[in-house]
Amino acid sequence: MGGQTLYDKLWDAHVVRDNGDGTALLYIDRQLVHEVTSPQAFEGLRLADRPLWRVAANLAVVDHNVPTTDRDQGIADPISALQVDTLTKNCQAYGITQFGLLDRRQGIVHIIGPEQGATQPGMTVVCGDSHTSTHGAFGALAFGIGTSEVEHALATQTVVQARSKRMLVRVDGKTGPGVTAKDIMLAIIGKIGTAGGTGYAVEYGGEAIRALPMSGRMTICNMSIEAGARCGMVGVDETTIEYLRDRPYAPKGEHWDQAVDYWRSLVSDTDAEFDRVVTLDAATIKPQVSWGTSPEMVVDVDGVVPDPAAEPDETKRAGMQRALEYMGLTPGTRIRDIAPEKIFIGSCTNSRIEDLRAAAQVLRGKHIAKGIREAMVVPGSGLIKWQAEKEGLAQVFKEAGFEWRDAGCSMCLGMNPDRLSPGERCASTSNRNFEGRQGAGGRTHLVSPEMAAAAAVAGHFVDVRELES
Amino acid sequence: MSMEPIRQVDGLVAPLDRSNVDTDAIIPKQFLKSIHRTGFGPNLFDELRYLDAGEPGQDCAKRPLNPDFVLNQPRYQGATILLARENFGCGSSREHAPWALADYGFRVLIAPSFADIFYNNCSKNGILPISLNAQIVDALFAATQSTEGYRLHVDLAKQVVSTPDGSEYPFDIDPHRKHMLLEGLDEIGLTLGHADAIRAYEQQRRQVTPWLFEDLDMA
Ligand code: SF4
Repeated sequence: MGGQTLYDKLWDAHVVRDNGDGTALLYIDRQLVHEVTSPQAFEGLRLADRPLWRVAANLAVVDHNVPTTDRDQGIADPISALQVDTLTKNCQAYGITQFGLLDRRQGIVHIIGPEQGATQPGMTVVCGDSHTSTHGAFGALAFGIGTSEVEHALATQTVVQARSKRMLVRVDGKTGPGVTAKDIMLAIIGKIGTAGGTGYAVEYGGEAIRALPMSGRMTICNMSIEAGARCGMVGVDETTIEYLRDRPYAPKGEHWDQAVDYWRSLVSDTDAEFDRVVTLDAATIKPQVSWGTSPEMVVDVDGVVPDPAAEPDETKRAGMQRALEYMGLTPGTRIRDIAPEKIFIGSCTNSRIEDLRAAAQVLRGKHIAKGIREAMVVPGSGLIKWQAEKEGLAQVFKEAGFEWRDAGCSMCLGMNPDRLSPGERCASTSNRNFEGRQGAGGRTHLVSPEMAAAAAVAGHFVDVRELES
Repeated sequence: MSMEPIRQVDGLVAPLDRSNVDTDAIIPKQFLKSIHRTGFGPNLFDELRYLDAGEPGQDCAKRPLNPDFVLNQPRYQGATILLARENFGCGSSREHAPWALADYGFRVLIAPSFADIFYNNCSKNGILPISLNAQIVDALFAATQSTEGYRLHVDLAKQVVSTPDGSEYPFDIDPHRKHMLLEGLDEIGLTLGHADAIRAYEQQRRQVTPWLFEDLDMA
């Protein structure tokens, strides 16, 4: 028998019961809860008069709806306010730890889990949010679930799952300067498509992935869902362990040593077999810019908007045509001739301190171009914001003409007041360029933090590598 | 929550000829702020369906409809089966998407492929997602578009979709999902039937990985 993949190890360690019908009851170590997908779950529990199975396994935070300015004045939109208050009430009623609006630890759910050490290797992590795949960067089995499953996990500490097939995405070699985890991931999605990972648990490996700090690995795993996979993961190594040391919720003392011993086993065996292996050569990856309304619609920064006429598949061609219309672009336009009016640096994909440092590096001593109507930085958590202020990054952003906001999902999905107006074009470090994602009619170009900063300065997309040299 | 069982659906088919329809298109995010499970139907496909910008709390009956959008055409009123293209339901894990489809009246979705989480969410909310191969879906699109009042018959127990001309297309569904949908079962109740197994698992895990059972609240 061959060796085991990381996914198999994680799966096997969490099976409570094989249902005998292709599904298993899987034990959940950590559930993260936010205000949008939980109210109906708590409502269901109340209606059925069911208690939580293990209160202490849950951690809650408000992020999707929260304003990013003037927090002390509360939430102006009454409907958002109701959702946020509902979470607080539910957490109080059930005894769940919650980081509230004014807590410095508040932030995007996928940022604060790792930041607090609440996400750990070997865990199963669920959250009513598809970007839960982020936590797989720690060698955890982490996936998004729907509200019915949120309720199920709250009530039983389990979810019913079917085992996935296993895919290895191996990025060999070294990336060139100016090429980030975001570019690697966009290139992967461009290669396998937004449904390429459907039905698979994806493990990322290879030299270029190993070389990434945890922030970059999280960026990669985060966007697994954009490649169609519910979960993405990276095996544990020293980078993982060092990241977790001394985090508030990380194991301490004797438990730490025990945990580290166990964590080191959380890698795929060298002879493990995958159902599908995809390889990329890191050296060939250039900074990426999405041109359309699906994350697979990406090109290299020195490329042009593609021509649907060259696409043989009819459905795909129609999709490209519609995307071009929506995006207000014509085939053949050079990416560098596209001029965004708004810049958004934030989201659970790219709002960690490393992302802010990288963007600030590009902006230092420069100013946003005239054509940029608004540029904003929304740190992933209150603690990241505080750290960035301490390091002087906030000052760099402000001097460059950026707005410096409070933590939350913000313009990643525009559930709070931060959104695009119809027709507005945005260089965004978020993960989704769907129609209307950042505001009805808004046009999103997905890029790395460095590329967003560079576009802000130039007033159009530019190859960040040229700026650096 | 328990749900209405699905055994046989004989229904009018509406064709939504777009691939990669994402959950934001199914129900735009401004409608996700509700704290209830129902009432999303009028805002299903809001941006495609209406000409104005949708906001929560509007009276949708008074809004200008987009005449080009398929669900607004008189011949598709009352449809309970939605025919769609590949990767339907991609994007977020929000269950609001199936809630909106169900609230509108859809019981069955047919497409060449569905996004994983969405697929899962549908079956937990009394919607049966069926994947059929792309050629069959093409043929169903052609038939639906050329024949007014085109209906399909779906038999979940037998796992077949049958057309008016007598063709039968078998489909796959895992036995667990099938059982839940057929009986309209409450999954939480079923799982709590295995409470002893969950406790036994916890006890054994506590020995091997005790740190996983540390209390999160250290305040
Ligand atoms: S930042 Fe965006 S993608 Fe991430 S959890 Fe928030 S809304 Fe979802």
